Amino acid sequence: MMDRHAAREIAANGLWRQNAGLVQILGLCPVLVISSNIVNGVSLGLATSLVMLVSGAAVAALRQFVPNELRSPIFILIIAALVTVVDLLLNAYVHGLYLVLGIFIPLITTNCIVLARAEAFASRNGVAQSALDGLTMGLGLTGVLAVLGGLRELVGHGTLLSGIDLVFGPAARGWVIHVIPADAHYQFLLAILPPGAFFGLAFLIAGKSALDRRAARRAAGSEVMAGTMNSVSR
Amino acid sequence: MRTSPFLVQPTPLQIVMLKVAGALLPGIALYAWTFGIGVLVQIALASVTALAVEAGCLKLRGRPLQPFLSDGSALVTAWLLALAVPPLAPWWMVVLATAVAIGLAKHLYGGLGQNTFNPAMVGFAVLIVSFPAQMSRWAAPLGLGMAELGGLAQLGWIFTGQLPAGLAFDAIASATPLDTVRTALGQGQPLAQILAAPIFGDVGGTGSEWIVLGWLVGGVFLWQQKLIPWQLPVGYLGALALTASAFHLADPAHYAGPGFHLATGAAMLGAFFIVTDPVTAPTTPWGRLLYAALAGVLTYLIRVFGSYPDGVAFAVLIMNIATPLIDQLTQPAVFGRKRGKAA
Repeated sequence: MMDRHAAREIAANGLWRQNAGLVQILGLCPVLVISSNIVNGVSLGLATSLVMLVSGAAVAALRQFVPNELRSPIFILIIAALVTVVDLLLNAYVHGLYLVLGIFIPLITTNCIVLARAEAFASRNGVAQSALDGLTMGLGLTGVLAVLGGLRELVGHGTLLSGIDLVFGPAARGWVIHVIPADAHYQFLLAILPPGAFFGLAFLIAGKSALDRRAARRAAGSEVMAGTMNSVSR
Repeated sequence: MRTSPFLVQPTPLQIVMLKVAGALLPGIALYAWTFGIGVLVQIALASVTALAVEAGCLKLRGRPLQPFLSDGSALVTAWLLALAVPPLAPWWMVVLATAVAIGLAKHLYGGLGQNTFNPAMVGFAVLIVSFPAQMSRWAAPLGLGMAELGGLAQLGWIFTGQLPAGLAFDAIASATPLDTVRTALGQGQPLAQILAAPIFGDVGGTGSEWIVLGWLVGGVFLWQQKLIPWQLPVGYLGALALTASAFHLADPAHYAGPGFHLATGAAMLGAFFIVTDPVTAPTTPWGRLLYAALAGVLTYLIRVFGSYPDGVAFAVLIMNIATPLIDQLTQPAVFGRKRGKAA
């Protein structure tokens, strides 16, 4: 089993330090296409997380039996089987959303972040670690999809959570937040169209490096402070 | 810092930009004469926005304000952008586009001289992609519409979206010559009959063909001042005219001739003021010719077969991507060495 520290390390990598969308910049195809609103983004993100959680565990459990030369096709088969399960589940329980996400659910199979974690992490680590890695990597991507979807929806249509009725039924239609009143007919197409996804992702990546840099500066600052304190006491 | 008198000093950027702005004046005067005061309002709006955003970005980047603000480059970008939007577009459109042009296309890429894409055209592309309906609402040249707006009424429309009582925008609106031709051809009308309509003059659109002449005069002045190399406008206009001729010869009933394509839309303005942007165009002689010629062909193709009002902006932006490659492929041989060998 893994200790607390290792688990925290894996989670921090997945959610922030090695974030799939902002740092590894893997799996951009769904990130850019599906992130036109929060609901779509989070739904696809969660579906991907589920696949990554189970595929991480499965690949880790089977890693002793997989011949090294054949690992890629075997990993892909495992992932494809899991994606089919998710695909059927979404079709059965949230059919409206299933129609909106369309081809991008089966395409989770080819999302490079899923195979990348199977190859780079799950094939070398234990079941529990790999499951946690898959889940947190997936949730990190979901976070990016949520923020990017929210930004694009807000700038493009002036709404938040549009399409939520696809997940929770027609009763949820009133949950949509109109930041800009609906009768103003506000629309900024660029944010909704693919260029908006590129601009938005670029700003998010820039924002993350700005935060990281500030944190690094602060850490360096406090070290200098500690250093001077030491020399003074000496 | 002057050294010996026989060393050529490069012209200061401020003077260059002043001359470019001066070269735009004849065209702007004719443009305002034809379409009304709205043209000047757009230019003023764009200029104020450009200076404000430029100052804001310089401050954020910790650069000195005075030298960069007074070099005039932001103003030239703003003017070109203002000339590309319809004169009666609502005020926020040109403000948004200028902010995008200066903030996103210029400063995020590293500021003056570092931008990959022509800032004015990026601003224009954002507008045309986001607000296609507003961007294709052109007023008829004064004297050609069913009704026309006076100066105050134009101001009122731009800033408040209110027209004088009893007037609908359709009464003053008119499709541009390029749009008219495309729409009517789509309906199966023969070209000769379309071009007989009153909005068409001898070569281009009534009124707008004089503006085109204004850009040409300004452009020749810039060339005479050695501020733009001849390869860019000649390559651009030549390729546009050749492509138009080829299509025209193949099917004269469907494709307008080269004169029409040179005298409509933004072709002339683009050839002398946009394709010639020194930052985003190649720097080798052959590279410039190739770049401009490809931009001309693309302009024709986007204009005739695309669905946007004109093709200049997208043609220039697409060719901007190719600029580094073109520069690399067309490097002249170093004197005394054979072409193709590493220097």
